[in-house]
Amino acid sequence: MKYLDEFRDAERVRKVAAAVAAVAPDDRDFTFMEVCGTHTMAVAHYGLKELLPSNVRLISGPGCPVCVTPKEYVDYAVALAREPGVTVATFGDMMRVPGSSTDLLRLQAEGADVRVVYSARDALAFARAGPERAVVFLAVGFETTAPTVAATAKEAAAAGIRNYFIFAAHKLIPPAMRVLCDGGAVALDGFLCPAHVSAIIGARAYEFIPRDYGLACAVAGFEPVDILQGIYLLLKQYVDGERRVDNQYSRVVKEEGNPRAQEIQAEVFDVCDSRWRGLGDLPASGLALREEYAALDAARTFEVEPEETVPDRGCICGEVLTGAKVPAECSLIGDECTPARPVGPCMVSSEGSCAAALKYEYE
Amino acid sequence: MCLGVPMKIITVDGTTATVEMANVRQECDLSLSPGAKVGDYVIVHAGFAIEILDEEDARETLELLDQIGFDTGRGS
Ligand code: SF4
Repeated sequence: MKYLDEFRDAERVRKVAAAVAAVAPDDRDFTFMEVCGTHTMAVAHYGLKELLPSNVRLISGPGCPVCVTPKEYVDYAVALAREPGVTVATFGDMMRVPGSSTDLLRLQAEGADVRVVYSARDALAFARAGPERAVVFLAVGFETTAPTVAATAKEAAAAGIRNYFIFAAHKLIPPAMRVLCDGGAVALDGFLCPAHVSAIIGARAYEFIPRDYGLACAVAGFEPVDILQGIYLLLKQYVDGERRVDNQYSRVVKEEGNPRAQEIQAEVFDVCDSRWRGLGDLPASGLALREEYAALDAARTFEVEPEETVPDRGCICGEVLTGAKVPAECSLIGDECTPARPVGPCMVSSEGSCAAALKYEYE
Repeated sequence: MCLGVPMKIITVDGTTATVEMANVRQECDLSLSPGAKVGDYVIVHAGFAIEILDEEDARETLELLDQIGFDTGRGS
């Protein structure tokens, strides 16, 4: 078993698509939201919307980590990168997210020490290799990424590394889903729950959704067969007259998630209120470094003065992230806003809805 | 940035493993999946193995899948 080919097999895709069409009740419309940017990308890449019956609509949610990071954070990161003696280490997706007046890529071209890393481990390795510079890792991402950053915090603390810092803006997915249930911009019938966030938090984390809101949930993997089977399971819940959390991705996602990762995360981070692009300030929806790790906290260490954050003009990323609008409704898409010259974060990240829409729907 | 892919563990050295997919090898940290061993497939996310793939579960999913074509839950 390779765990990939089997779930990309064209014959299986056709079959499960036929099953989706057959199971879908045809007396009403369905709107499901995929809450994960990797799902958005896969749906666009494999053209899966084309395979769905016309009364089943799949929309994107707030699942692109770079996209939900507020502009204030980018402005703060820019200010950090301008500090002498500071190296900013970041995932590549953050480089071109526009701040109020510039972005990290431009700063890098101007000589600031900004480095793209694949893992928080790489940032920690920079700190080890060059103790004379302060290395700040831009810690954005969801529950999947937070434990990896927590592991580096523990390692830095244990090894007595004093020049490794974390600028934390991790976000938690279930609180955002609750907001969308509580009266989001669109009426939803269910969620295609994220694959790898769920690997950490477990399928159980979504139980409040069928219980409190009567909506369907299915955790699904990222391959085309996974996604279609997830949609099949969502529809099946309506046929069965029962809402629950189905787990299509049980080969990776356990009911209780990954306890070791949860433990490491809780040792390093506390849950805090957090600001999301598009969704605003949400209670208990982010992670901040615990008191014991205050020495690693970039926000508590560096006194920088970020420029005043200028609100976006014309960019509707915020509404795209809540499912209220689709990228095609943005008047800037494809003309003023392209991957080469992005106006908003949804065009920067490959997981962003606008980037996916432009790449696959407009060609 | 969140592209987690299944990769096979080739060697383990303490909490670091060498993993491979399609002949591309890289290092990954095992501290979030302490039970992982050589030969296992793991989901690698941002340099860390975040979960071990379960072969039996994968087979079950495929079996269910191969059945749903016949059981649409309607019209029977
Ligand atoms: S197309 Fe560009 S400007 Fe329009 S919503 Fe998307 S990112 Fe913003």
